[in-house]
This record gives sequence, C-alpha cells and structure tokens, in this order.
Amino acid sequence: MRRRVLPGFGISLGYTLAYLGLIVLLPLVALAWKATGIGFHGLLQLLASPRTLAALRLSFGGALLAALLNVFLGLLVAWTLVRYRFPGRRLFDALIDLPFALPTAVAGIALTAIYAPNGWLGRWLVPMGIQVAYAPPGVLLAMVFVGFPFVVRTLQPVLQSLARDVEEAAESLGATRAQTFFRVILPVLVPTLLTGFALALARAVGEYGSVIFIAGNIPMRSEIAPLLIVQKLEEFDYAGAAALGVVMLAFSFVLLVLIALLQHWSGRWAERGA
Amino acid sequence: MTLTLDRLSRRFTNFAALDDVSLEMAPGEFLALLGPSGSGKTTLLRILAGLDYPDRGSVTQAGRDFLAASARERNVGLVFQHYALFRHLTVRENVAFGLRVRPRRRRPARAQIREQVERLLKRVQLEELGDRYPSQLSGGQRQRVALARALAVEPELLLLDEPFGALDAQVRVTLRRWLRELHEELQLTTVFVTHDQEEALELADRIAVMNRGRIEQVGTPQAIYQDPATPFVCEFIGRTNRIPLTRHAQAWRAGAWSLTEDPWNGRHREAVAYVRPEHLALSVPDGEPAWEARVRHVYLAGSVAHLDLYVAGIDLALEADVASEDLGRLGLHAGAALRAAPARLVAFPCDDGDGSRPVIDERCSWASPIRR
Repeated sequence: MRRRVLPGFGISLGYTLAYLGLIVLLPLVALAWKATGIGFHGLLQLLASPRTLAALRLSFGGALLAALLNVFLGLLVAWTLVRYRFPGRRLFDALIDLPFALPTAVAGIALTAIYAPNGWLGRWLVPMGIQVAYAPPGVLLAMVFVGFPFVVRTLQPVLQSLARDVEEAAESLGATRAQTFFRVILPVLVPTLLTGFALALARAVGEYGSVIFIAGNIPMRSEIAPLLIVQKLEEFDYAGAAALGVVMLAFSFVLLVLIALLQHWSGRWAERGA
Repeated sequence: MTLTLDRLSRRFTNFAALDDVSLEMAPGEFLALLGPSGSGKTTLLRILAGLDYPDRGSVTQAGRDFLAASARERNVGLVFQHYALFRHLTVRENVAFGLRVRPRRRRPARAQIREQVERLLKRVQLEELGDRYPSQLSGGQRQRVALARALAVEPELLLLDEPFGALDAQVRVTLRRWLRELHEELQLTTVFVTHDQEEALELADRIAVMNRGRIEQVGTPQAIYQDPATPFVCEFIGRTNRIPLTRHAQAWRAGAWSLTEDPWNGRHREAVAYVRPEHLALSVPDGEPAWEARVRHVYLAGSVAHLDLYVAGIDLALEADVASEDLGRLGLHAGAALRAAPARLVAFPCDDGDGSRPVIDERCSWASPIRR
C-alpha cells in the first residue's frame, strides 16, 4: 500500500464500519426482523389498504413537492444572501437556521395558529376557499418549513466560490443574462442543488412533529405515513408498524439512490480521483 | 479597428484607478499595457471589454461611441489570467459557446459551428483534446482553450488580461512566441495587460507603461527601453543605476566624473541621471573623467556577466553588464580596480522645492562621444 501523509486508515475505517453497523444498520435490521412478524400476506394486505396508500402518497408526494419548492426558494435566498449586501443581511442569514433549532412541534403549533380558520392569515384565506391548516397544503407548508435550511446552507459555500470572471467571460462572448444564468451558473450548481433536494426530501419524509399539528390528520386526506405508524404502535400492532416503516425506508432508499446517480451524472465534469 | 481613448478617468472609493488616460490604437496593432499592480492597466482593459465604465472620458471607434455598446455587443475577445473556462463544458463546447448563444437568426448552423470549432482547435493545437473537460487539462492548454473560445466569435479586438500570469516560466515563453505568431497570422488588434516587462518587450508592437493610473510613456519596445521618458520608466523597465548629480558652475558632477555641458543653462542645481548597466564604460583612459571603482562580485549569467561595482568617491553601488567573453580581456574579477563612466544616460533636473521632484518635461539624454 502507498504510504500516506496521515496514517490511521485501518483504525478510521474500523471505526466507520463499527459506527455504521451499530448506529445505523443494526436498528434497521431489527426493524426488518420485527416486520417479518406480519408475514408476506400481511404486508400485501397492509399495502393494499387504501388508507395506507393515501398516507404513503401524501408523505412521499408532499415531500417531493416540498423539496422541489425548497430548491427554488433556497436558491433564491442563498443567491440574495451571497451576492448582495444589504442592511440586516447577517440577521437574515442567522434566521435561516431557525427551523433547525425549533422543536418541530412548536413550528407546527405556530403554523397552525397562523393558518387555522381563526388565525391571522387563515381568517382571510379560508373564506376565499383556500384551506391550509387541516388540509394537504398545510402538510406541504410544514415540510417546506423544516427542509428549507438544508438547501440554503448547502448552496451558500458553492455560490460563494463561483468565480465572477466566468460570468464576465460569458457576457463578453455575447450571452444574455438569462443565457449566462441557465448555461453557465445553473449547470455548475446542479450537483449541489441535488444534495439540498435530497436532504430536504429526507427530512420531509421523516417529519412528524410539525406536520401532525397542522395536518388535521383526516384519514385518506391529510394523514401522513409516520402518523399511521404511531397509531399502529398505540394499538400494539408492532409488526404492522415495523412493516410500514420498512416500506417507507425502501422508498426513501430508492429515491436517495436515484438522486445520487443523477448527481454523479450532473457532476461528471468535476475533477475526480487522485 | 482604430480605437481612440480620450481622457479616461475612473475613481474607486479612495484611489484613482485611471487618471486622465489618452491613447490611440491602430488596426492590427499589438499593444501591451505594462505596469506594476494597481497601476490601472486591468481597469483600462475592463473598460475596453465593457465590464467597467469610466467616470469621465470617451472611447471612440472610427468616430462611433464605443462605450455605448454593452459588453455583449462589443464583439471583443477576452482572455482572463485564470482562464475563466466553463468547467461543466468540454473543450469543444467551451469554444462553441459564443456561437451557440447567438440569437437564432445570427446563429450559424450546427454543422457550421462544428466545423469552425474544429478549425479553431487545430489552430490552438488542441484538436486531440476536444472532448476533455477543463479540469483534465494543463494550465497552458486551458489558456489556449480560452483563446480559441475568444476567437470563435470573430472579435474585432482581442483583450488579454495577464494571459500567462498563472503559468510556469517555460510554458510562458513557448506560449508567448506562439501568440506572437498567431497575431502575425490574424492581424487582430490586440491589447494585453502584463506586469512582466520581458513579456511586453518581446511581444508588443507598442507598449504603454502605466503607473498610478497614468500612462507614463507610449512607444515601441525599442524606444521604451533605449529612450525612457520618465524616471518611473527608467526604473521600471530593465535595470538601471540612479546617480545624483550636482551643478558646479557650468559642469554637472558626480564625484570624479563630470558632464561639462549644462543642458538646462544654469536653471537647476540638482539632477538625477539614469544609466543602464550595459551603458557603463569600464576601461576609461586616464585623461578622461571617470570613477575609480572596485569590482565586488561577478555574476556569470550565460552570455552576459553582471558586475557589482562600488564607487567609494560617491559611496554608490553600480551595476554593469559586459559580455562574458570580455571578462578576461578587461581583467574583471572580484577585487579588481577599474575606471568607469557612463557612455549613455538619461537625466532629469530636480525642482528646487522640498521634495526636489524630477522635472519630466526637461528630460535630457546624453551619449558620450567616446565609445566604450
């Protein structure tokens, strides 16, 4: 083996494997083991239930949509924070992390207070026929809220490191502002946007606290999959809860692998290896 | 194209990047903007590229207002010190960029673009590397891609900002010979910014020496080197010896050496003379005025030897250059004594104020009737 400047490959790999095994894989295996309790037939029955399907659709559909919205909003906010100097920029920048720090239940209660039919905004929106709280849009809103910082924080350092002369080169070659953005800046950001998307997606799929407060949890309409799991636990149906957990896990895994592949492809121009 | 820059000024918050700069550029000319960092040369280039605008002054192209056009309408090719390549595009796509972003009616057909890109890649000797990404190229190759990309839009004016600044010494020399040949072939009006005088002297048809936002002198490399117009140019270009002179009656003296004519007719009492190392005569006959000097070191640099001299009479260290083959003939070695005197010099009188600044307008150049 080639000698490296810093030794310790053996010990660090050992630690990495032990950590992954104990903290990540072991609980997952236990979950899968527990899930086998309902049997194959039970799993099919669980998946065939319209209520389960609706919950899964809301959880994943909502999370995908929320992550997509976050990519747009996050890019806009990160761009503004990196490119412009304005009074209050630092304060604004610090506020971005707030969804990280807030107990999610608090966020859920706050959002509900605003969008409930008697809340500050709900009071005006509900009569117009726009129902946010106790409906799917509320679920989406909570998911956007908790995923937002991921996109901004992953983008910021990359935006900061973008060289200005590349944009100037594009301009002097005759590119319009839109062409410069879509052909020069955006392609370089895609791998990072995908990272932000994946993080926001993962967070939104797993989000529980804030969503259940604003969702209203109406079966078939605004009930998310994690809530269904909790309900099964309350009914002492541990195997069923574990099975639903495994299904969510499998979905998430497939999504994250797809995103990673896309990311690899979109960043094919980057220096690799060595 | 003929470009006329008239009284350009550009201020940044607390310093003048350009201060009343005027310059004329002939079609097909290769012009170097040479100066230390902060002299305003890059600001001038950016103004020509449309990436910056002057506070005052105008740039006209055959009577047309050049500054009215935006950067994307100017049709200039721009090459940056750090290449500024699009790293997510292959070499081919980089070169094609300027053609592909054109509005549909001015955009060449796909096949035509492909053909032109291939032609340019051949010209910059990179036809093998068209499918690589910039990260897979060396610095010299990247800069050639940047040049091909700039040439693809068929610019009327090529602007190069320290194009070789980030490259190794050897690549730099090869690339600048190649650039010179390319220029002779294309006859494209080219402005390039550099702080490397050797580069400017070797490449340019004309050099504009800049200092603190002003142009000190514009001229051919020959004129800039042999006939520097200001003390700054004397000291910035090549090496030089700075020798203070004082007037005694009708003669200007520095120690044992003197100049018997007074070009300023008694108007000044002090002056400074600049003498190039190769313009010091080292074996002045006894009858002529000269300094008694001692050789402190001999640095052999290939065909030329650099001598470190010390003149005790005026307490001044001088540099002199001689051909290496003459070292033995002249008996030059560390410790040797010799009689030295300027064979050519450029002198500026100093005004009588407190700072005693050199008066540039009263510059005088002088060559000794005695050959060295």
